[in-house]
Amino acid sequence: MTALAVDIRREGLRRALQAGAPVYLLLAALLVAIAVADPGFFEPDRLLAFAKRSAPLVILAAGQYLVIVSGGYDLSVGSLVTVGVVVAAETFNEFPGAPWPAVVALLLAGGALVGLANGLIVAVLRVPSFIATLGMMLILEGAVFYWTQGSPHGSLPEDFRALGRGNAVGSLPWAVVICLAVGTATVLLMRAAFGRTLLATGDNERAAALAGVRVARIRLAVFTLSGLAAAIAAVLVGGFSGISAQAGRGDEFEAITAVVLGGAALGGGAGSVVAAMAGAFSLQALFTLLNLHGVSGALESTVQGLIVIAAVWLGAVNWSRVRRRPATTTPRGEA
Amino acid sequence: MRRTNLSAVALAAGTLAVASALTSCSSDVPTGEANPGTSTSAAKTGDAQSKFFEQAEYDKQLALRNKTPQGPADRPWEQMFDPQMVQTDKYKKSGGLHLCFSNAGVFNPWRQVGLKNIRAEVSQHKEITEFTVFDGQGKDDKQISDIQELTGKGCDALIVSPNTTATLTPAVTSACGKLPVIVFDRGVDTDCPVTFINPIGGYAYGATAAEFLVQKVKPGGKILALRISPGVDVLENRWSAAKLAFDKAGLKVADVQFTEGDTAKTKSIVADAIQRSGGVDGVWMDAGATSVAAVEAFEDAGRDVPPITGEDQQDFLKVWKDKKLTAIAPTYPTFQWRTPIIAALRILAGQPVPKEWKLPQPTITEQNLGQYYKPNMPPLHYAMCGCENLPGFPQAWGGK
Repeated sequence: MTALAVDIRREGLRRALQAGAPVYLLLAALLVAIAVADPGFFEPDRLLAFAKRSAPLVILAAGQYLVIVSGGYDLSVGSLVTVGVVVAAETFNEFPGAPWPAVVALLLAGGALVGLANGLIVAVLRVPSFIATLGMMLILEGAVFYWTQGSPHGSLPEDFRALGRGNAVGSLPWAVVICLAVGTATVLLMRAAFGRTLLATGDNERAAALAGVRVARIRLAVFTLSGLAAAIAAVLVGGFSGISAQAGRGDEFEAITAVVLGGAALGGGAGSVVAAMAGAFSLQALFTLLNLHGVSGALESTVQGLIVIAAVWLGAVNWSRVRRRPATTTPRGEA
Repeated sequence: MRRTNLSAVALAAGTLAVASALTSCSSDVPTGEANPGTSTSAAKTGDAQSKFFEQAEYDKQLALRNKTPQGPADRPWEQMFDPQMVQTDKYKKSGGLHLCFSNAGVFNPWRQVGLKNIRAEVSQHKEITEFTVFDGQGKDDKQISDIQELTGKGCDALIVSPNTTATLTPAVTSACGKLPVIVFDRGVDTDCPVTFINPIGGYAYGATAAEFLVQKVKPGGKILALRISPGVDVLENRWSAAKLAFDKAGLKVADVQFTEGDTAKTKSIVADAIQRSGGVDGVWMDAGATSVAAVEAFEDAGRDVPPITGEDQQDFLKVWKDKKLTAIAPTYPTFQWRTPIIAALRILAGQPVPKEWKLPQPTITEQNLGQYYKPNMPPLHYAMCGCENLPGFPQAWGGK
């Protein structure tokens, strides 16, 4: 009986780990550390400002989560963000006075299209997603540089920038509203049948295919959604900080780090989208904390690298312990 | 927030080994709006006076700020401080001229404006029948092979804007043996070029910005210093001169942060700094590309923008004028891109040129802001281009 109780407890632990409980603890710990370093951080305005600047990464993490949980990676999102910002600026440069909703629509369509191209390369040409999206990243980076020569033209008008910079009502930033909307949509998507097929595909593509999942369609869908998320992030980043030819640099690794922090298994099949988004907040909180303590920007990459390795390692350790030990202590195998 | 990508970190690690060799020759080598990722130097922050600091060069630059250069005041790109002329009779040549230019790259707006300047300057001179430009794309190895190739192309003179100092020196040295070489912007570790063209330098830049804050910020006020990245010689020079000025005046540097030239990161850093430790009374920046982001951070936090320093990019000048900021903009003028062509023509005509052609380094202040702010120019255009009378202005520079 005790063995069973332990089993149940372990099963509970395993579920909790899978659902990303550690990331909430981490986020809480980071917020406490920030509060110690800077007590004013928790004033509503500053907290909202923090959420506002985290929003693009949270949205990217949501998109990246869909790709990772179904067994892939999307390395092209960072350069897609840069392309989005540059295209917006060049569009306003070519057509001064263009209505901002049209430009936003153009960006979203373009992002989805690039995502669809990623999906086609992965699903139809059967190029592994890591390589396919790495190639797309290089293609986009090169194209931006070729186009702008490192110095984009034009500027972003205030009404376009309001989405990333301004407030919807009172002191509630648009970016937070958009972030909540994207988060809610992703959660609903994961709760629907689509979400289960995603997990099934990521867990075992062949089994899922045999069970009737149209794997190719799933791939097209997740990469398109990830491209769309990158386009939304581009609108917010461009709004927040204006035009830059390096707007999305490194965002792909931040998004992957966030998803991993949220406990999603690399290679797919497990993880929670809310935890992934909490991972994005944790990463941003960590960067804020490093800033508060005056740690040089260069070290941020180092810290990020350590986190990715540690998070994946911890995930692996917990998984194997919880799974194997019952197998050796109780002859009947896993619960 | 974004950071340098992994390859840049690897590059920095790899260059540590040669860093000590570089630092000894760094102070007279301004890099302007250098892409920090492509500049070799030691990875070291500039707290205390760093090994980048050279007292003699510092004193020289600060003194030059108050001197009047020789030459026409309305054509600062032809002016020079304390010239020591060298004879160039042996390079005299008649007939159509073929000039060649090995450019480090055009990886930032500063270099974009500069490249337009040099091309426009060439188009003014009928005697230049051919102008060959090779783009080093910010890579030392590419530029080394560019220089080697150009020396065999029948050029009458070779202009070089080196990507990095030490690595490009052997290539420049070997080119010197074949044709007259003109180096500008960043330097090389050899005096074999006929002339080396550069403005006053980083110490003067940093000191001018800092002294403005010393005037405008109340004693004991808190300064936020925003730097692009550690270890780039000219940026270290700008900062070390600024720190000296702050220390001397008793202003407290509350924080020194690295922005990596990233606007989003700058905004986050400034937003955090505003809220922390009783606010910010002045902002010093080692380069102007992210000044607007810093200004916006104050606006978004609902605070008044304190005295701030920037550079001569139009977006900053616009914000400065529109919001009536208390600001100053030292410059690293892009008009220096015109000078190499003028120098080449003088050399090939057998006229003397200065061994080191020290150009003035004007500062934009509240008094002359109206003269430099041009609403018809694009936001990333550098005002100190000296390009207003060049053919194709303003369209070729993206203006209307």
